Amino acid sequence: MSFILQTTLELGMMYALVSMALFLSYRVLDIADLTTDGTFVLGMAVSVTVTSAGHPLLALPAAMLCGAAAGFVTAFQQTRLGVPSILAGIVTNTGLYTVNLMAMGWTSNANILKQDTIYSLFRAAVGGTRSSSLLLSTLVVVVAGAFLVWFLGTRIGLSLRATGDNRDMVRASSINPAHTVTIGLCLANALTALSGAIVGQSQRSADINAGTGIVVVGLACLIIGETVCRRGSMRRGVIATVVCSIIYRFIYAVVLRTKIVPIECLKLVTAIIVGLAIAMPSIKSWVGFQRRKLRSNKNGED
Amino acid sequence: MLDVKNIHKTFNPGTVNEKKALRGLSLHLDRGEFVSIVGSNGAGKSTLFNAIAGSFFVDEGSISLSGRSLTFLPEHKRSCVIGRLFQDPLRGTAPHMTIEENLALAYLRTAEAKNPFSHISRRDKDFFREKLRLLDMGLEDRMQQPVGLLSGGQRQALTLLMATIVPPELLLLDEHTAALDPATAEKVLALTRSIVSENNITCLMVTHNMTQALMLGSRTLMMADGKIVLDVSGKERAGMTVEKLVTEFKARAGQMLDNDRILLS
Repeated sequence: MSFILQTTLELGMMYALVSMALFLSYRVLDIADLTTDGTFVLGMAVSVTVTSAGHPLLALPAAMLCGAAAGFVTAFQQTRLGVPSILAGIVTNTGLYTVNLMAMGWTSNANILKQDTIYSLFRAAVGGTRSSSLLLSTLVVVVAGAFLVWFLGTRIGLSLRATGDNRDMVRASSINPAHTVTIGLCLANALTALSGAIVGQSQRSADINAGTGIVVVGLACLIIGETVCRRGSMRRGVIATVVCSIIYRFIYAVVLRTKIVPIECLKLVTAIIVGLAIAMPSIKSWVGFQRRKLRSNKNGED
Repeated sequence: MLDVKNIHKTFNPGTVNEKKALRGLSLHLDRGEFVSIVGSNGAGKSTLFNAIAGSFFVDEGSISLSGRSLTFLPEHKRSCVIGRLFQDPLRGTAPHMTIEENLALAYLRTAEAKNPFSHISRRDKDFFREKLRLLDMGLEDRMQQPVGLLSGGQRQALTLLMATIVPPELLLLDEHTAALDPATAEKVLALTRSIVSENNITCLMVTHNMTQALMLGSRTLMMADGKIVLDVSGKERAGMTVEKLVTEFKARAGQMLDNDRILLS
């Protein structure tokens, strides 16, 4: 049990960065950024490659930079070329497949078995406790989350939030929405890539298919988090993504252990859960309306 | 001050939906003038505002403000010197952000380059609170509440404050009180007047209320078919009544003034 708990916390922390990125793009900017899947693998690939070259620390900023570049490509299509936002993400994502293969040295699976990773370095530094990797992941997430909350409170952060809330007003405030969208998507994808980077180093490998469905899982955590913690301030939003990412991984681990759901069906089950979570407001109002109708029929009003 | 020279705008050119919205319109405004505009449905009043504010670029002609050409300047750059209010109170504010955050965004238009990574300071907050107090709506005590909770009138008053918190050179008011109830409309209008006169802002206002058009400001324009057909000011305007304005419009435009809202009000 304690093993499950620890793995859950670890994975939850590492993948929380993806939810945080989606919080920025989907919630704050109101853009469904489908680049996410590809960016996650890109971060992973770059991280593993740079680590295997002997620079595990440098791997993180390198991965984030590459992620930001991917975000820039998506933003450029949307803001300058008039490509609809969902399509722009899909186009970039498709292109990234090749880029990711290239980043891994034209193989679909790359490993770092002997080199130092940030996790092995950190374990050595703190004296080899069992939960050192959890500690490091938490540290990364806390720093990233604190940065995000701080950023969203700055003037440029406010501009970003207004872009997702009322674009007319942004233009009237002398802000170029093309710039805010670009900054937002670059930052979101840098976070996604960071997630991929630490996952890659922690499991000591990168796989070309590791990103499949990441965006759906991330959205699931984001939306379930909002249902659990309710929508509110930016700080609450960021914390909710982390909390729910852990909850999601816990459920995932329980399902894997107990095999309530066959492992082959996991993606389908995830998709159904996400679909239901997103549809929740509509379902709630439909149920309310049907109840109202039923009551009215019973009382013979109609 | 504002110089609009011979501007043309055609929507959907070459299709069955082709609409010549502006046909060689020219207009000159002096600094500090308050000009009201009335006209039929589809006369091009809002199109004129969109052209000046930069929602689109004009097909022909030029627009300049204080000697600086705006013709090819994008909307967000023009908004440094042009403030604008719409009829819909929802268009001017971000509903999920607090009053304070909305004001901070509007305050970004200041000329001195602000550090993009700075937060809203205590000084900014005090300044916003002071400004909100002038609205006399109790908003100064609700600065941490999201704007979506405010009523239409409160939101429009806030938008007015946001558009003028950094006094613009030109203020465009597009029937900004039309969606409000009479009492609130009166209040927002009184606020508009005091803010405009205090800061000596040049102002263009579209209205469907003919009495208001003659009462407010110093000059009245009438538009029809993408052109200005009547331009009265000074003595001529002082002796003008609503009836006379309607007759005059018919003579100049060769058509009845068919703005349903004017007829209904």
